[in-house]
Amino acid sequence: MKNITMTFPGVKALADVTLNVARGEIHAICGENGAGKSTLMKVLSGVYPHGTYEGTMFFENSPIEFQNIRNSEHLGIVIIHQELALSPHLSIAENIFLNNEITKNGLVNWNKTNQEAQKLMAKVGLSEDPNTPVKNIGVGKQQLVEIAKALSKKVKLLILDEPTAALNDSDSEHLLDLLRQFKSQGLTSIIISHKLNEIASIADKTTILRDGEVIETLDMSKDKVDQERIIKGMVGREMNNRYPVRESKIGEEIFRVENWTVHHPDDSTRVVVDNASLNVKAGEIVGLAGIMGAGRTELARSVFGRSWGIGISGKVFVRGKEIQIKNIRDAIDAGIAYSTEDRKRFGLNLIDDIKRNISLASLHKFTKRGLVNANEEYKVASEYRTSMNIKAPSPNSIVGKLSGGNQQKVVLSQWINVNPEVLILDEPTRGIDVGAKYEIYTIIQELAAQGKAVIVISSELSELLGICNRIYAIAEGKITGEVARKDFSPELLMKYMTMTKETTNA
Amino acid sequence: MPKVNEKVSGPLSNLRSRLEGVDLRQNAIFIALLVLIAFFAITSPGHASLTPDNWSNLVVQNGYILVLAIGMVMVIIAGHIDLSVGSVACFIGAAAGILACRPLEQTGWGWLPKFPWWFALIGAVVIGAIVGMWQGFWVAYVGIPAFIVTLAGMLLFRGLALVTLQNSNIGPFPDSFRLIGNGFVDKANSLGGSLGIKNYNAAALVITAVGVVALLLQSFALRRGRLKYNQSVEPRTWFFVKNILLAGMIAYVGFQLSQANGIPWTLVLLVVLIIIYTTVMKKTTFGRHIYAIGGNLHAAVLSGINVRRVNFWLFVNMGALSAVSGILIVARMNSAVPKAGDGFELEAISSVFIGGASVQGGVGTVTGSIVGGMIQGILGNGMNLNSLDISYQMTTKGMVLLLAVAFDVWSKKRTK
Repeated sequence: MKNITMTFPGVKALADVTLNVARGEIHAICGENGAGKSTLMKVLSGVYPHGTYEGTMFFENSPIEFQNIRNSEHLGIVIIHQELALSPHLSIAENIFLNNEITKNGLVNWNKTNQEAQKLMAKVGLSEDPNTPVKNIGVGKQQLVEIAKALSKKVKLLILDEPTAALNDSDSEHLLDLLRQFKSQGLTSIIISHKLNEIASIADKTTILRDGEVIETLDMSKDKVDQERIIKGMVGREMNNRYPVRESKIGEEIFRVENWTVHHPDDSTRVVVDNASLNVKAGEIVGLAGIMGAGRTELARSVFGRSWGIGISGKVFVRGKEIQIKNIRDAIDAGIAYSTEDRKRFGLNLIDDIKRNISLASLHKFTKRGLVNANEEYKVASEYRTSMNIKAPSPNSIVGKLSGGNQQKVVLSQWINVNPEVLILDEPTRGIDVGAKYEIYTIIQELAAQGKAVIVISSELSELLGICNRIYAIAEGKITGEVARKDFSPELLMKYMTMTKETTNA
Repeated sequence: MPKVNEKVSGPLSNLRSRLEGVDLRQNAIFIALLVLIAFFAITSPGHASLTPDNWSNLVVQNGYILVLAIGMVMVIIAGHIDLSVGSVACFIGAAAGILACRPLEQTGWGWLPKFPWWFALIGAVVIGAIVGMWQGFWVAYVGIPAFIVTLAGMLLFRGLALVTLQNSNIGPFPDSFRLIGNGFVDKANSLGGSLGIKNYNAAALVITAVGVVALLLQSFALRRGRLKYNQSVEPRTWFFVKNILLAGMIAYVGFQLSQANGIPWTLVLLVVLIIIYTTVMKKTTFGRHIYAIGGNLHAAVLSGINVRRVNFWLFVNMGALSAVSGILIVARMNSAVPKAGDGFELEAISSVFIGGASVQGGVGTVTGSIVGGMIQGILGNGMNLNSLDISYQMTTKGMVLLLAVAFDVWSKKRTK
């Protein structure tokens, strides 16, 4: 790939990226969330068709232009996404040959299908009946089905996006072994991963992306690359004036979570949050840093009225008093607010207007004798429109038509209007442009200045370093570190964030 | 200086700028209704659609569908559907018969005393609410899609109705019971007699006058309130035109009814229900929660709304309104019959969609659905007067539903 540039409205996702992958090598790509890894892979696999980006791509020395995924698969470039693209009720064999069915005279030849599936399954070390529905096998085996599916398409270049994110250690090890084995057979792989120990052990070369640019490509055998070296490449950015300056007055402790443990709703044996404890003081902004899937959102949502997970245990204290939370209403009444990481799916009624979105969680404040005062709602929404600088013609504007940054301000207004003591803000700046980000930071700092306890969850480490007083790092559901502002360093945090079971043992 | 959408104030400003700020989509349905009335006024033989008796019939014949449409729009806004309302209405009609009528052909009810008519009315609504609790339980607390629960309910309650009726009719109903479906306010015109007005029903004239004044006062109060809070309002010209048209229409219908038997009790009931439910949907937290659930279920949950409770009460409410509809049917027909309410669920649902509700939920109004129901009613009535064959009537109604929703989809796309 040469000089690939991709811009989204307001954001430059990729800037002049050049990536060379040699035949038969395992090439790792790493970078923070939002660095452009997935975008780059989507260009390479034809998800973003030719014409939406600038630059040229070459495959086996000839230039390529894809209109869709089918084109790239035709050449043998197959991508396996982080969220597996399997149909749960179909069998393993049916999934492997989905949209690539073995037919005779227009009818599916099931005997041949199962036979071929069996061969492919043997290649990936999967010993199951090909007729087993995919939902009945574990995530690790599902991942293998995806790879078998890729092999069925005569794959030459296999792209894996966070293949081990959802896998346990032995499944991960098996998968990595498989990749090494394929490599010896001449298959080329690109692997995107946050797990630096895996990269260090498997990759021949590692390309580091940051803010849509290639920082460096490391040759793993020559350069004596270790995890520290990769971390340095990932985080080494200058910070100047991207965060508002403030002085914080920190008061007494407002919010404390003790020994919080949560299990996955689909798999009660999987521990997603593991004995986590944290506290926040008045006027303090506390960051929760972790890679995707580390359990950040799960921790927040389980604390917020048990809205996620099962088998939840642990204690929550507000102002030193233990509170019992059974549902979201209890959490709100106890003074806890949570703004979601996915505002469009979980945060806003996009077909309704600004004022009714702002009032939704605090509707009782607008209600007298059972009737909601719409004029009062309008008035309050107008005030937020001014104070939060929501760019919309009127409080009656439909939220779905606003930009991401302005939608985020509506979500924040909704929760500020509840007048909580604790605000948990999950990815408050995801997908919004730089200017709006600065405004959001200012709002967060004002909330802290009012004496509220604020928890910010973010995938952007630099953002947390910029605005927080203290940061907890979370990895695989465990709080792995707590860093005070005076000790802030991206390297240290990245070390805690990537502290998996293996690295702690080593 | 209040912010008004009115940009040009001179008398010579053109119509276009005067109409700026008018939500055409919202008003299109009212215009469609007016066009339809005008069309049948011209085409019906002897302008029969405009006669006082026809207006009276229109109200009484469509009352039970309109009552169902009120409950249905709430259910649809929340993202559900209720296919059982016709069967429930039939079942409740039968139950009301058991409570109110003696002697009974149906065996097994002899131990029950004959209840007074008002007890039968209340009892029927309570049974309707219990039916709603049954369906609400399955939808809200077990989590079965409303489509399935009410599809089952459609069979279940039709079956229970047949069991209750034992393949026979129940009737006749007591006269006081029948008033709600068949009676008129001061039919004998005793008020007119004492005032010396003979050709017009005086009570109808008084009620109409009060209604028109109340409507206008309400409109002005609403506008004044919005202006006080610096909100944008409709352009003044359009505000006046719209309200005069609306008031004129009500006055006209009231005047027509005063030349027939007066105002039907069904109409009184309908107007009361419309006022109550418009308030519920626009001004109570319950109503807000319904819109929020339909608009984005996840966001509603994360805002602390008890979604299960809202869904449960929605179906309880639908059950009670189905009961009211069932009462209107038996009161009008003077007998509870096994086929009563057949297909009413579909008429109620299409009223709601013609009235601008969205299949995805989150969008819809009570008044819109009432107008949607009236469009269907006037269409059917007009085609009857023109002696159009039933086959063409069905074809036309199907096309109207399709085109009304297509218009909605199209105009939404255009504004995006």
